[in-house]
Amino acid sequence: MSRKAKKGKSVVPGFGLTMGVTIAMLSLLVLIPLASVLVYAFHMSGKEFLELMMRPNVKQAFITSISCAFIAAVLNCVFGLMIAWVLVRYEFPGKRLMDGMIELPFALPTAVAGITLSKMYSEEGVLGRLLQNIGIKASYTKVGLTIALVFIGIPFVVRALQPVLEKLPDTYEEASTMLGASRAYTFRRVIFPELMPALLTGFGLALARGIGEYGSVIYISGNSAKEGTQVVSYIIMQKLNSGNVDYEGAAAIALVLLLVSFFLLLLINIIQITAARRTKQ
Amino acid sequence: MKEQENVKQGSLKKGQNKNGEGKLVPCLLIGISVLFLLIMLVFPLVEVIYRSLKEGFEVYQNAMTASNTLSALGVTLIATVIALAVNTVFGLCASWLLTKFDFRGKNVLSTLIDIPFSISPVIAGLAFIMTFGRVGWAKPLIDWVNEVFGMDISLVFSVPGVVLATIFVTFPFVSRELIPVMQAQGSLEEEAAAMMGAKGVTIFRRVTFPHIKWALLYGMILCTARALGEFGAVYAVSKARGKTFTLPLEIDALYMAGSSDSITQAFAVSSLLVIMAVIILILKQVVEYRGKREQ
Repeated sequence: MSRKAKKGKSVVPGFGLTMGVTIAMLSLLVLIPLASVLVYAFHMSGKEFLELMMRPNVKQAFITSISCAFIAAVLNCVFGLMIAWVLVRYEFPGKRLMDGMIELPFALPTAVAGITLSKMYSEEGVLGRLLQNIGIKASYTKVGLTIALVFIGIPFVVRALQPVLEKLPDTYEEASTMLGASRAYTFRRVIFPELMPALLTGFGLALARGIGEYGSVIYISGNSAKEGTQVVSYIIMQKLNSGNVDYEGAAAIALVLLLVSFFLLLLINIIQITAARRTKQ
Repeated sequence: MKEQENVKQGSLKKGQNKNGEGKLVPCLLIGISVLFLLIMLVFPLVEVIYRSLKEGFEVYQNAMTASNTLSALGVTLIATVIALAVNTVFGLCASWLLTKFDFRGKNVLSTLIDIPFSISPVIAGLAFIMTFGRVGWAKPLIDWVNEVFGMDISLVFSVPGVVLATIFVTFPFVSRELIPVMQAQGSLEEEAAAMMGAKGVTIFRRVTFPHIKWALLYGMILCTARALGEFGAVYAVSKARGKTFTLPLEIDALYMAGSSDSITQAFAVSSLLVIMAVIILILKQVVEYRGKREQ
């Protein structure tokens, strides 16, 4: 780019207009409403806040949301890597159809996915009965909850990996094979490090989505405080819905949930940057 | 042409595979992938259709023509169309700003735009309640506007609230698709056009737009998909069934009613959204294909 374009002195028109529209819309529709949540959360005193967070059902909800989203994201990385690899590297009938289907979880409303999965994995459902035979109860347990999160998260990982795999030059692999490395060794030491940043991006997106997910999990999880299957989003919603509305509590829990998501995304970014530096060396 | 290329690439890769890995590994990987996608993605679709038609076509038809369903369909469409329009305008402005100019705080701005992606939709709904609701700080402002102009607008627990929540969750969809494409394109062509005296609108219409039209369409399709199906955010700000409910909320209400009849009705209404989802996926695939071919 020419040096002239620096510092907003570009010859291309529209800087003021687009800046104005972008900032105005972003502030009005996203930032100001979010800031209200922050402000509202601070209506609480520190002691009340701690008391709320230490309540068994709140604590349990955070543990459930984070652990289930984490397990689901790991599963998504395993299967997502496999699916992306298959879609990029192999030719087989039905490949185009399979590729088009990956985004179904984005296109299918979460409530529809939620009620469907919940019925499928219940005792009367096809897959639920199958799992029951090997002693696993899926619907209304954490297993079901995790299955719903795998469903929601799979496109994030596949779509993050696909472009990187497509651009990955064959020459590295060829060199590795020529030098006598086994296929598994080549994958582990040559291909995998190249995919790592994209895989982490996909992992992060799936995790962030999973931690905050509402629609697809509330039906299959059963929302039982005793079984520990309430998720954080459910607790927040409960505070908005039940007879005695508790806006302050909802805002406080929402704030913690926001902080957790940002912290995790930050952590993943740091790992990613470190990994990128290592590859460059 | 494209087909031939594919075949060529395919045969090349098959040859290469024979060097490194046998036939077993690819077959195994393809098998597992197909099985995974069948169980995770295809089964649920079949299940929705099966359950919606379980009690005959008449029940299905009744569920579809119920007044609550029709009202929900209307609200869903209104929210989707407005969200799509707002986010398209925003996406075009934001991506123009972020790719054609250099300024301080550019990275911060681009991070802020992506916030709605990593936030629980429930928090989005909560945000609007805290701003415009009974307890919100902007409530007096709205009351004042209503009084002065003699209107009766409320921004939460109403259709405008549903629209706002939908806009929030779909906010970055269009800009996120446009930014990479416009970045790759650079701004040399626009600069040249500006030097030769073209006005902003002309530059956009004649120089930029042809490059980004498929990405724009793609972003709009993703935005529509999300807007049609948003649940958590809308659920927080919509309480009146038959008035401000969207289709996903109507499905929830029917499903939660618990009787086997109403559950079947819930799946019947769901099948409508499944059909929309499949149409969206097909459109998306077509746009992606056309976009790639033109490059």
